[in-house]
Amino acid sequence: MTKFNRRSFLQLTGAAAVTGAAVMGAPSIAKAAGKKVVIVGGGPAGATVANYLRMMDMSIEVTLIEANKNYYTCFMSNEVLGGKRSMDGIRQDYTGLEKAGVKVVYDMVTGIDGAKKKVMTKGGQTFEYDRCVVAPGVDFKFDKYEGLDAEVAETKIPHAWKAGPQTALLRKQIEAMPDGGVFTMVAPPNPFRCPPGPYERVSLIANYFKKHKPKSKILIVDHKDKFSKQGLFTQAWKKFYGFGTDNSMIDWMKGTDVGTITGVDVDGMAVTTDFEEYKGDVINFIPAQKAGPIAFAAGLTDDTGWCPVDKVSFESKMVPGIHVLGDAAIATKMPKSGYAANSQGKVTASAIAAALNGKTQGVPSYVNTCYSIAADDWAFSVAAVYKYDKEQDIIAGVKGAGGLSPMDASAEDRKREVAYAYSWYNNICKDIWG
Amino acid sequence: MSHEISKAKLLAVGLLAWSSFSNGALAEMASAETLAAPCAGCHGPNGSSYGPATPTIAGITQDYFLSSMNDYISGERKSTVMGRIAKGYSAEEIKVMADYFAKQKIVRFPQEVDAALVEKGRKLFQNYCEKCHEDDGYLADGIGVMAGQTKQYLHFMVNDFFSGDREWSKKQKKKMQALMDDHGQEGYDAVLDYMASKK
Repeated sequence: MTKFNRRSFLQLTGAAAVTGAAVMGAPSIAKAAGKKVVIVGGGPAGATVANYLRMMDMSIEVTLIEANKNYYTCFMSNEVLGGKRSMDGIRQDYTGLEKAGVKVVYDMVTGIDGAKKKVMTKGGQTFEYDRCVVAPGVDFKFDKYEGLDAEVAETKIPHAWKAGPQTALLRKQIEAMPDGGVFTMVAPPNPFRCPPGPYERVSLIANYFKKHKPKSKILIVDHKDKFSKQGLFTQAWKKFYGFGTDNSMIDWMKGTDVGTITGVDVDGMAVTTDFEEYKGDVINFIPAQKAGPIAFAAGLTDDTGWCPVDKVSFESKMVPGIHVLGDAAIATKMPKSGYAANSQGKVTASAIAAALNGKTQGVPSYVNTCYSIAADDWAFSVAAVYKYDKEQDIIAGVKGAGGLSPMDASAEDRKREVAYAYSWYNNICKDIWG
Repeated sequence: MSHEISKAKLLAVGLLAWSSFSNGALAEMASAETLAAPCAGCHGPNGSSYGPATPTIAGITQDYFLSSMNDYISGERKSTVMGRIAKGYSAEEIKVMADYFAKQKIVRFPQEVDAALVEKGRKLFQNYCEKCHEDDGYLADGIGVMAGQTKQYLHFMVNDFFSGDREWSKKQKKKMQALMDDHGQEGYDAVLDYMASKK
């Protein structure tokens, strides 16, 4: 597919080629000698930049450094937890990018020297770059909580907020839970990856419980007082899971009522707060979040724990020559989502291609569409088309466009949104990883 | 030497397509490629969809792209999400996207179909559909390309015509109603499997 992309792209613009070469002139040819881009992280953001850079300018040498051979997408991982999809159904790899001419290196980046333009890895390799892309996704603020750390998350109380082994572990725990058990989720404070994600997750777990363990309960202990798509989720929970009745399968506790979430009692299997503790046969603790570790190591973060960037080029405001995008970046008002990362990836690729050829980047355009599946034939979405607003320095949603699926949509439309969500998954993964 | 030139050409081509408007008045609007790029998230790379439901929009005529987008914006054509997104673009932006997608070559990905249904559908298609959906559904002047379109989408659209959610022309109504009267939903299942089988 990527191959086709490039070919059609060239055919399309073939007529302009001669003029273009003349306009560009000799300096561009000279510049073509050193156009090295090193990309740190092969998630939706980093992989999209890699794929699109190769499409835009084949003379750019693109190296993508990623720790794992497979990438498990967070999107649709709630379907794995709800028993609707296998781990294989969310697994991606890098063969498509390799076919597109991206050099993929499996290693862990440990440092970036912005002054010398070098990336260092755990495996002892060093990569020089003309432009660097850092797309590390999120990390977790374990130190905010007592009793919780990376090891507890990997073995007993998973967050599963990065898809992979913890997704598989949490699914196992859900399957092993006796009928009549309690699944307790701690929902994170803003800002965090995938704002509607925790609420889709409990919906799909409730969907599974309803069929297989109907006496079970779900408790959401939230850091917040409100959440994304709340009206649509509440409506679905009422329709399918008895929400609001004495026999509700889902109980949501808002932040004000919860108080301060202090941590976990691992042995007693409970979430602790300054008021009380909430037990769970299975506990899914999704902690507060910050940019991935390499963003801190490379000095790309500010005191918010996220990375300030130019919202058109996604070049870091902390270290020139490095672009940060996706969940780790402050891309107000785009949410931290897979689609946003993919959309930002294309904008970033055009910024880098322009910069490496001594050109000015064109006007950007961004889109986000985010589906949530709340039951077997029931999904809804939020969408936005964005433009850069120079005055406010924000990526602003176009007024009068976008927004939520209507509250009064027909059952047929809710069902169609499931089909479109699955199509979105198939298509965006091809667009990202080739 | 010739290699050098082709490399330079290649490079210029890429840049021209993605950011030809380095400065000046043209820079006010995003390029066609920039505007069209985010569509791939749902409609597939360059507008060819892997399905199962979101339609391929590569290779559709400018007319059909424009009328579809305008109908989504006005609400005349019902949608789940497309109307909300269509409203995010100006008439000029929609026009350059129409030109862009009209130039994209359709890539048809294999879909699951029933061989017996495909055979049945082949005959029904000739009798009921081909007058408008010419050349086995590959030709589409001002209408959607049927050949190889995602099957679920085709079913959605047939349902929308019959439910009155999508407006149909007199001629179209007559033919589509005749197929329904003579062969029922099974006739449509066959015809749409036949269309989905097109490579």
